[in-house]
Amino acid sequence: MDNQSKVPHLAGVIGFFSDPHQLLRATEKVRDSSYKHFDAFSPYPVHGMDAAQGLKRSPLPLVTFAAGLTGGSLGFLLQYWTSVIDWPLIVGGKPLNSWPAFVPVMFECTILFAGLATVGAMFLLNGLPNHKRKAFDPRITRDQFALLIEAPVALEEDQGVKFDEGKTAEFLKSIGAKEVKSVYSEGWF
Amino acid sequence: MSTSTEVTTFKSEVLVTGGKSFSDVNNDISAPLERFPAKTWWACFSIAIAAFGLGAALAADMFMNGLGVLGLNQPNGWGIFIVNFVFWVGIGHAGTLISAVLFLFRQKWRTAINRSAEAMTIFAVMTALLFPVIHTGRPWYAAIWLLPYPNQRHLWVNFRSPLLWDVFAVGTYFTISLTFWFVGLIPDLASIRDRAKNPIRKIIYTLLSVGWRGSNKNWSHYETTYMILAGLSTPLVLSVHSVVSFDFATSNLPGWHTTIFPPYFVAGAIFSGFAMVVTLLVIAREVFNLKDYITLNHLEKMNKIIMATGMIVGYAYSCEFFIAWYSGNPFERFAFINRAFGPYWWAYWIMVSCNVFIPQVFWLRKARRSIPVMFVVSLFVNIGMWFERFVIVVTSLHRDFVPSNWKYYVPTWYDWGITLGSFGWFFIWFLLFCRVLPVIAMAEVKGVMNLEEGDGSHGPVPLKEVPAHG
Repeated sequence: MDNQSKVPHLAGVIGFFSDPHQLLRATEKVRDSSYKHFDAFSPYPVHGMDAAQGLKRSPLPLVTFAAGLTGGSLGFLLQYWTSVIDWPLIVGGKPLNSWPAFVPVMFECTILFAGLATVGAMFLLNGLPNHKRKAFDPRITRDQFALLIEAPVALEEDQGVKFDEGKTAEFLKSIGAKEVKSVYSEGWF
Repeated sequence: MSTSTEVTTFKSEVLVTGGKSFSDVNNDISAPLERFPAKTWWACFSIAIAAFGLGAALAADMFMNGLGVLGLNQPNGWGIFIVNFVFWVGIGHAGTLISAVLFLFRQKWRTAINRSAEAMTIFAVMTALLFPVIHTGRPWYAAIWLLPYPNQRHLWVNFRSPLLWDVFAVGTYFTISLTFWFVGLIPDLASIRDRAKNPIRKIIYTLLSVGWRGSNKNWSHYETTYMILAGLSTPLVLSVHSVVSFDFATSNLPGWHTTIFPPYFVAGAIFSGFAMVVTLLVIAREVFNLKDYITLNHLEKMNKIIMATGMIVGYAYSCEFFIAWYSGNPFERFAFINRAFGPYWWAYWIMVSCNVFIPQVFWLRKARRSIPVMFVVSLFVNIGMWFERFVIVVTSLHRDFVPSNWKYYVPTWYDWGITLGSFGWFFIWFLLFCRVLPVIAMAEVKGVMNLEEGDGSHGPVPLKEVPAHG
């Protein structure tokens, strides 16, 4: 993926819709077509869009679980090591490994690790932060709904996958786009 | 008996009034960010700065002369500073309740208020954190000695102390609340970036919005994250005030040593927090002209929660008395009789009047929907909840087991001045927030507007060629 070149190259063709219901129906049609790479854009999450786009369930809950487990265990190990091994000191007549007293800190560590790891993983999966990435159209974050059919990346083009800008634009119009335009990528797409 | 096929239809509630379109949402909510602040804002900001300045000057003087300038004495080792700490942490809880718990219960009306309530949470926790630190008198040590880090003294913090649990609980709470708030802000920051005309504003919001462009592949992960954070914040918020209550409940002092403290503190925190949200929103919707987004229906729902949690708190007050009598422990009985009829009887009855009696006006629909009534009630609840913490801290400490040890506690003007400074600090942040970030979650409001098909944008702006971006 040589997207770092200065010459803007065709990223795809984007079509605009003014309401989420139209966008949903159009996305289903693209999903069932031969186009492989496409994405919908909306000012707020449109319900049913994941299914319309054929997206799999996000794997993020697994990250949360693993990080939570790690956080809780580290929280316990920190308390065990400091209270039992490194500085064994009887406090309030309790045993050195007074684990019930360690529960609040373990709980907070679980939440802290789980929350931060989930957000970190979400950023990673979404390719954020990436300040070079701007909206394809400033109206998308306001009230427009858009559907982008992406041009194949360089590797696929070598394998003979062809992308016809005109045909794609026609296709978008045929499924209800009010306006269609080509978008070019610069820098990190 | 009716045999006809009657069909009851439920019309989904209108959450945004005034026939707003999606682009109106952006225009209305971004407006305060894009114009020069009005004179009233500058006036409020100057007052906040002055209040904070007074508090900071008094605190600096206190650091130089020692804690003797405060009203603390033997046996009252905790005073107004700890009252303020608990008060401000409690204020924060409503924000998390609105953003996380109401989200999990799918209460769509929360979208009007969650952004400002979460902002309030963050600023309230920032205010709360000042107090335990300055209360040590040597804040430059306290700030690091609270943390477990390998040091030259070969010492570790005491993990069996609830004061240390507090460090972890409040620290985690602040971090996760800030993260949750920022995640919620990303789509709105992108909206502001896309409508920015001023190049400096464009650069700032481009950096803040981390490259968001509304892609559904991103929304998919984003929504999962949002749900998970709500799920994590819910037990977190319950744990935070429970841990704060452990600071008292794990001691042996009558009046503190009770098992009801964790749920009682959490209910009180939600109660005071909602009151603070009402206080702030009644002003904000007026000043920023957001009456179509923060409607009377929203405020009425908040008032119902205030009344409900107020009665939970009232139940806790009476339950404490019952247990004090039922336990048969003479020290416990004395502590509670002394609380209501001893030297601090006035504080106790201010607390009961403000928290239990006054919110009862919300049984009347007219009162729930009246802006002046709810504003006054919310102020009384704030005062009442401050006094609740005063009653817990001071009336329990000032007369413990040995009468020779008893002493009346009178805060000095250092205590009051630094308290006033904390309000200044809180309002400095809140006023800045109102100027630089959208006070309502625009993307979330659009999601609950329930527009009919083909209604996506009332009077759409004509589509025209816009230069493509990469």
